[in-house]
Amino acid sequence: MDIISLKDIHKVYHLGEIDVPVLKGITMTIAKGEMVSLMGASGSGKSTLMNILGCLDHPSSGQYFLEDLDVTKLSAEEHAEIRNSKIGFIFQNFNLLPRTSALENVMMPMEYHHGGLPASECRQRAEALLERVGLKDRMHHHPSQLSGGQQQRVAIARALVNRPSILFADEPTGNLDSHTSRETLEMFQELNVHDGITIMIVTHDAEVAHYARHIIHVRDGLIVDGVYRSEDSPGVSP
Amino acid sequence: MRILRSSRTALRALSRNKTRAVLTTLGIVIGIAAVIAMMEIGQGASLAIQKSISSMGSNNLLIFPGSTTFGGAHSGAGSGMTLTAEDCEAILNECPDVREAAPTVRTNAQVVFGGRNWVPGSIYGSSQAYLNVRDWQDLEEGEAFTDRDIRNAGKVCLVGQTIKRELFGGESPVGHEIRINNISFRVVGVLSAKGANLMGMDQDDVILAPWTTIKYRVSNRRSSTSSVSSSSTSSGSSEQVNTLSNLYPSQQVSLYPKASAAQQANTPMPVRFANVDQIIVSASSAASIPRAIDQITALLRERHHLRPGEEDDFTVRDMTELTKTLTSTSTLMTRLLLIVALISLIVGGVGIMNIMLVSVTERTREIGLRMAVGAKGRDILVQFLLEAVILCLAGGIMGILLGRGISTLISSILRWPTEISVPAIVLSVVVAGTVGIVFGFYPAWRASRLDPIEALRYE
Repeated sequence: MDIISLKDIHKVYHLGEIDVPVLKGITMTIAKGEMVSLMGASGSGKSTLMNILGCLDHPSSGQYFLEDLDVTKLSAEEHAEIRNSKIGFIFQNFNLLPRTSALENVMMPMEYHHGGLPASECRQRAEALLERVGLKDRMHHHPSQLSGGQQQRVAIARALVNRPSILFADEPTGNLDSHTSRETLEMFQELNVHDGITIMIVTHDAEVAHYARHIIHVRDGLIVDGVYRSEDSPGVSP
Repeated sequence: MRILRSSRTALRALSRNKTRAVLTTLGIVIGIAAVIAMMEIGQGASLAIQKSISSMGSNNLLIFPGSTTFGGAHSGAGSGMTLTAEDCEAILNECPDVREAAPTVRTNAQVVFGGRNWVPGSIYGSSQAYLNVRDWQDLEEGEAFTDRDIRNAGKVCLVGQTIKRELFGGESPVGHEIRINNISFRVVGVLSAKGANLMGMDQDDVILAPWTTIKYRVSNRRSSTSSVSSSSTSSGSSEQVNTLSNLYPSQQVSLYPKASAAQQANTPMPVRFANVDQIIVSASSAASIPRAIDQITALLRERHHLRPGEEDDFTVRDMTELTKTLTSTSTLMTRLLLIVALISLIVGGVGIMNIMLVSVTERTREIGLRMAVGAKGRDILVQFLLEAVILCLAGGIMGILLGRGISTLISSILRWPTEISVPAIVLSVVVAGTVGIVFGFYPAWRASRLDPIEALRYE
């Protein structure tokens, strides 16, 4: 079953009088439970593609089905609800709230849960997730008191707290050293294998991209090729 | 529930930068404190004015005789001789909304006691009802003169505090004889202190005696005119006058030869001779003052035989008008100060708006992140609006406390009267909340309109 299915997605930016086409007709599918890497040089349109996939942006034309739901027809409010319930974001610069404890950072997305969760459950979920990413004893630390790797792990816990079906990671290792990068990526693999969460890593780094089995190359607004690497060597650097 | 959660979020966001929050709300604190202090001081001033007005006696009406015209020359209000002691009695008996009425005559004379002399601000002749009208029943010592003294034109008097000080050097004057215009009066009582009235006149610089005594023994000019009436029997009303003046016929010194019947017929005397200078009336309540005025006017017109269309030969003056004027002046001042305070509140609100705009810019990334994890524009709007409202309400509460502190300080240091004002407190809270909503809305709206992609990329 496909979690994501794109049909001829175009995106054109209007800069004054000039139209700048960024995506020029992208068609692709991603199966549920896959781990995908979206590769491309800067300016290739991979960030725009990820924004559309993450329901942060509308395509100019084309159809986007997320879990068989045509997302392009939804309003901004409905997009917000989908982002809250189905999608988790991980950013290059972590984007944690400053002067706010790790626990509260993780609990933040649940404030916007449309059903409204009881405070006790929010806390339980956040604590469980922080424990899972190995930060049980640092729950009450502020981001400034955490290392980069720890901050990214808080961000991962935050992305998971609303139990999304897909996780978008935008250059997740861009601000990390190679050791913590590997740890982070291995955590993605573990989430993918154990929890069955679909994960998409956006990167320009081939080494990072190779942690995924399915690599999609984007160049000049088009998908160049989708490569399925052999199944026996996931996560091993070439 | 949603609001509760949003308030918690807003509070957490505010507590991330406490110094800024406190400084931002300072404008509101000062504005509200000014409003509260102004209101309390203003109310205290109004209360003080009301107190000093009630010291003049409550719900008072003054009735003056009208003006006389002689050969085309008006003599001014109060120059007529149309009011009599009988008018006063009739008012008291026939007007249901009149509680007390006292006839009053005034004179000016030198008062002598031993080696000292003094000219009192006013020497009043009246009845003991005067004390009731002026709320002056409690004498410092001695007791008031009686009806009998009035009937006998008894030479007794009450003296005020100033007289006691000036003539007796502060010692008890009761039982001593003082001389007013060379007529000896026995002091039977001392009036309690009343202080200055609203015009700044000393209300204690007064001697009070039976009106008959002042009229017929002290105030010579008028007694000489009334002597003419002793022989006048031309009208029923002057007969009444005569019966009164006949109580003390020995005092009537005939300075002129008696007029013959023909002379009297040729020169009808329109004046009533047992006239009083004014009648002071106390209405039964503040609300009944207009009714009392109507009743008195109707009664006096009838008694003075005035035809419809003819002008009143008397004037009724409502003393509460003075009260109203003074109270409205102090209310006006309070309102003016309140407007100044409200302007400072608006300035405080602009300060809040300014800081909230800075805060929105500074927290663009946070807003982007919140939108990325599912916050709708409305959620962001509510959060920032609540931050502004919480700032303002907290400022309002601090302002109320500060304002109370200031007014307490003022009343204890400057001895200004202040009065706690509940409406001001309620008003302050409402105004603070409104300022928060009004000035917080624009920044919050700006925040809610941010594009999440742009906001996330913002450096």
